[in-house]
Amino acid sequence: MAKCAMGKMRRKGLAIMAAQTVATSAGSTGTSVDLGPATGLSCRECGTRFDLGPIFACAECFGPLEVAYDLPTGDPEALRAAIEAGPDNIWRYAPLLPVPADVASKPSLNPGFTKLVDAANLAKELGVTGKLYVKDDSGNPTHSFKDRVVAIAVEAARAFGYTTLSCSSTGNLAGAVGAAAARAGFRSCVFIPHDLEQGKVVMAGVYGGELVGIEGNYDDVNRFCSELIGDPLGEGWGFVNVNLRPYYGEGSKTLAYEICEQLGWQLPDQIVIPIASGSQLTKIDKGLQELIKLGLVEDKPYKIFGAQAEGCSPVSTAFKAGHEVVRPQKPNTIAKSLAIGNPADGPYVLDIARRTGGYVEDVNDEQVVEAIKILARAEGIFAETAGGVTVGVTKKLIENGQLDPSLTTVVLNTGDGLKTLEAVASDSGQTATIRPSLDAFRAAGLA
Amino acid sequence: MSVNVRIPTILRTYTGGQAEVPAEGVTLSEVIESLEKSHPGIAARVLDDQGKLRRFVNVYVNDDDVRFEGGLQTPTPDGAGVSIIPAVAGGC
Repeated sequence: MAKCAMGKMRRKGLAIMAAQTVATSAGSTGTSVDLGPATGLSCRECGTRFDLGPIFACAECFGPLEVAYDLPTGDPEALRAAIEAGPDNIWRYAPLLPVPADVASKPSLNPGFTKLVDAANLAKELGVTGKLYVKDDSGNPTHSFKDRVVAIAVEAARAFGYTTLSCSSTGNLAGAVGAAAARAGFRSCVFIPHDLEQGKVVMAGVYGGELVGIEGNYDDVNRFCSELIGDPLGEGWGFVNVNLRPYYGEGSKTLAYEICEQLGWQLPDQIVIPIASGSQLTKIDKGLQELIKLGLVEDKPYKIFGAQAEGCSPVSTAFKAGHEVVRPQKPNTIAKSLAIGNPADGPYVLDIARRTGGYVEDVNDEQVVEAIKILARAEGIFAETAGGVTVGVTKKLIENGQLDPSLTTVVLNTGDGLKTLEAVASDSGQTATIRPSLDAFRAAGLA
Repeated sequence: MSVNVRIPTILRTYTGGQAEVPAEGVTLSEVIESLEKSHPGIAARVLDDQGKLRRFVNVYVNDDDVRFEGGLQTPTPDGAGVSIIPAVAGGC
């Protein structure tokens, strides 16, 4: 059914569209790799162009490489209709992603199209008078937004002939890679800090791949993986967030596409996004810009807000200090999925928050726990600590007057609270224990 | 002081494909100068126009990120391992 829908989308959508190069494709040969509309890679710093390939850093300046596209153009109404006729997952946006046209027919976890929850109760709790939505990505197959980015990386891994999938992970990604590899027929070997929450370790290990704990924090794991990819020992491995990172990161654009489509093809006024490496925030901005460029949404100002935990807040610290560079920190927070002390995309987050008139804020661990409970009790959504960070920061931004409570705001919950039970377990257990009798029930005052 | 420098894939065109090369110097700055003498052109890839480490380059002396130490003035003891790594990896 998905294949059929995708075929329909292709016929209906692309037949009426002429190709337009959104990013300049000078110097790109395109190669024989079929990644749909992707035409090459471009350095975000110096603009140097490269062919599509498993590379991630510019050979000239070490800057990050980004996918450049020939995006479809033409009648926006027809493109919207084509997308809406697609499958209920990220592949409905295949013409805007670095994936082959027949992607929906391949074995995949088919993530995405998660709920955009109208959070009226939370709005009341936080004093929001406009509309407040929670984009709840805990509804993905492995219960975090990572399924989106991994699904794109899997297609790149296929295109480049890799048979082993790997990553450095704070936990959620390890599970997403393990599951995607199992479904798509890859071997997996993933690396995590040795002291992660049990829920994440079990969720990463259950899919049967290799799960390796590294004695160190996430930045140590990341450094190890970067060295491994440059060594013959790592030859033939597709590290989703190292040598496949330019493709992988594009998966986060689908959050922007979905939010706008679910709002009736409109931009939100304000979005609050968690920051780990900062890639997700930059890609959501990229996705919004693409929708504007393609005429799929009406152009209007929007503000992007970044959320960090105080115990790992290199980006918010730099933002508040007015710096253009991000000084690395040694993380110490319960929000382990955001505990990246040396965020690769930090400088770009600063640029985007400033360009859009947003802000980057942080909350302490107590506020994270409080926010998890507020969201759970208001909306029945159990967020992991990263979701506690975004809700907590939203609350703080409203209190400080940086976020306008009268506008339409979307807050991201990127993962499931079942993965970080430790954060709220101490006071979220049984409220009473009684004998199985009506007398005991009455005596406990529960009626 | 003699150290071993681990070279990332994108800089191996300067080292004839070698993943690890020897260099001399008591600080990271001197080690980079030594690298430049042996492998001309490599310093300009690691340092910007002001002579500072490029913002997307991470350098470790043994296990320590030099940004937490003394930057280019970080001491490089005899036998130390120096790793040059692209910073744009990881996370999401």
